[in-house]
Amino acid sequence: MEIDASPLLDVRHLSTHFVTDEGVFRAVEDLSFQLRRGEFLGLVGESGCGKTTAMLSVLRLLPAAGRIVAGEVRLEGEDILALEAAEMRRVRWRKMSIIFQGAMNALNPVRSVGDQIAEALVLHEMAPTYHQAGKRVAELLELVGIDAARADQYPHQYSGGMRQRAMIAMALACNPQIVIADEPTTALDVMIQAQILELLERLQGELGLAVILVTHDLSVVAEVCHNVLVMYGGVLAEYATVDAIYNEPLHPYTRLLLEAFPDLSRPDARLVSIPGQPPRLNALPAGCRFAPRCPMVIDRCRVEAPPVRQVRPGRWATCHRIDEEGV
Amino acid sequence: MYETPVPRGPLDPRSGRGRRALAALISLFRRSPLGLIGMLMLGLALFAATFAPWLAPYDPDESIHVTIDDIYARPSAEHLLGTDDGGKDVLSAFIFGSRVSLLVGFSASLISMVIGGFVGLVAGFYGGRIGNALMRLTDIFLVIPDLPLMIVIVAMVGPSLWNIILVIGILGWTGTARMVRAQALSLKERQFVLRARALGAGNFHILRRHIFPLVLPLMVANTVLVISLSILSESTLSFLGLGDPTTLSWGGMLNFAFTRGAISARAWWALIAPGLGIVWVVLACTLVGNTLEEAFNPRLQSHHLQGDDKMIVSPSRLKAEG
Repeated sequence: MEIDASPLLDVRHLSTHFVTDEGVFRAVEDLSFQLRRGEFLGLVGESGCGKTTAMLSVLRLLPAAGRIVAGEVRLEGEDILALEAAEMRRVRWRKMSIIFQGAMNALNPVRSVGDQIAEALVLHEMAPTYHQAGKRVAELLELVGIDAARADQYPHQYSGGMRQRAMIAMALACNPQIVIADEPTTALDVMIQAQILELLERLQGELGLAVILVTHDLSVVAEVCHNVLVMYGGVLAEYATVDAIYNEPLHPYTRLLLEAFPDLSRPDARLVSIPGQPPRLNALPAGCRFAPRCPMVIDRCRVEAPPVRQVRPGRWATCHRIDEEGV
Repeated sequence: MYETPVPRGPLDPRSGRGRRALAALISLFRRSPLGLIGMLMLGLALFAATFAPWLAPYDPDESIHVTIDDIYARPSAEHLLGTDDGGKDVLSAFIFGSRVSLLVGFSASLISMVIGGFVGLVAGFYGGRIGNALMRLTDIFLVIPDLPLMIVIVAMVGPSLWNIILVIGILGWTGTARMVRAQALSLKERQFVLRARALGAGNFHILRRHIFPLVLPLMVANTVLVISLSILSESTLSFLGLGDPTTLSWGGMLNFAFTRGAISARAWWALIAPGLGIVWVVLACTLVGNTLEEAFNPRLQSHHLQGDDKMIVSPSRLKAEG
């Protein structure tokens, strides 16, 4: 799939905080990225680094304590953070849909799967009634490889992989341009994971979708993504093409992350774990958020947070130690 | 593409929603003998109330000629449950009395369910200031002693059948509201609600299609329990002389018997019959309500602790059991 030059989704300096009794959790800070038509973007990072929060911010679906405190989210040039709530409801699913992690929880247990897919169609007036949505529901289910006759079954009658595929069918209901897949394969076994990824890739090719794949599985990213955004502790660590990230990681965190993953070409290499804990988002270190765990830390890192910089053409990173020649 | 063929036959998913719900209900009562007993008891009461004119040996409204021997006459072939202070057949009054008890019970509970369900859903789902205000209102209704308030209101507005239904219904919704609110609070945090929001759904849509269907069974179970309380309230009011004077009810029968010398006349039948009627219906509703609630309320479920024995059906075990 060719990647179109003009960005479909342009996120600029997005910051999201959670305001709670225990203080302010700075879950996402100064996050910028772009998504072009037909692009497969991988969003990686360990649990709690703000991946899901960033995606929910883009959709304006944050829980009650969440506040988008800065930034813009431009969808085809229009800042959707400025939209009225009712207008935003029309953007959701028509332009941007999301596949949630854990399909079992994202489906209502007492309503049939077909009914829940039809829900999207009826809400967006693409079908007048639930009954008349049946044809499109069947089409969508076939598209993801589920027998259309199972539309009337309930989520508990589906296997885990089928549920996930049903969620994908649901995400495609209104022909969106962007699909956010939030850890779509996390709860599934390896075989089903491969099927789901294959399906996503195929659909992306057929329908020209732009996909943001949120995951902590680097092998998945390497397989399907064009670009990769690595997050750490709510900030962008490194953002580049998939080749650049895997072949020449610049940020110390990216490097450690890659070393922590088994590599088929170097089966004897030891897996490295990153010592320490991810930062507590309500008690962040003064300087770089990764400084306490960074093997290359210098004094400057502990006092001054590094800005997001373009370190190479098309490559962004936040690290004081990266200069023009490398690290 | 990856799918196995769709199962057909007994597991065919297209057998219709209503029929499946009914089948689930039947199997539920099969598993619970107490619930089944309650259901039968309630069915019998409903049957008596519906067909009262045909079942009752005498018409209670008929004016009759009474001699002194007819007053508090002992049970006989002519009057199976004896006669009351007016020389009328107790059995007939008893059968007709079930109508008022059940009518008040069901209608008042329906009112309670509507008010409680509405307050609970709004308070739980929307929360915030409105929710807080509604829950404080619920607390106020909860701490006011119901009976004195009922007596005061009925004394003020007059003891007609519909006034009594309204008063009982308006004072009986607090439990339902609290339960529905708790359920709505937990349901709205579920991920399928977030998914519906991501689909572009508004609050009302989510409430109607995602929250309400999951709360409804609990509300129904709760309502059946409220019925028994409503019947008790009605009987209490009637016994205290605040019942509708133009209709026959069990509470009213007790009141007449109590105030017009049934005890000194040793006419136990005039007291026992309506008393047992009240106990019968209240017990039936409680049994049915408990069974439904156990099945629907996730907090009361304990499947995993039961039926462990039936889990293993290996041949060796069957052999061992002979």
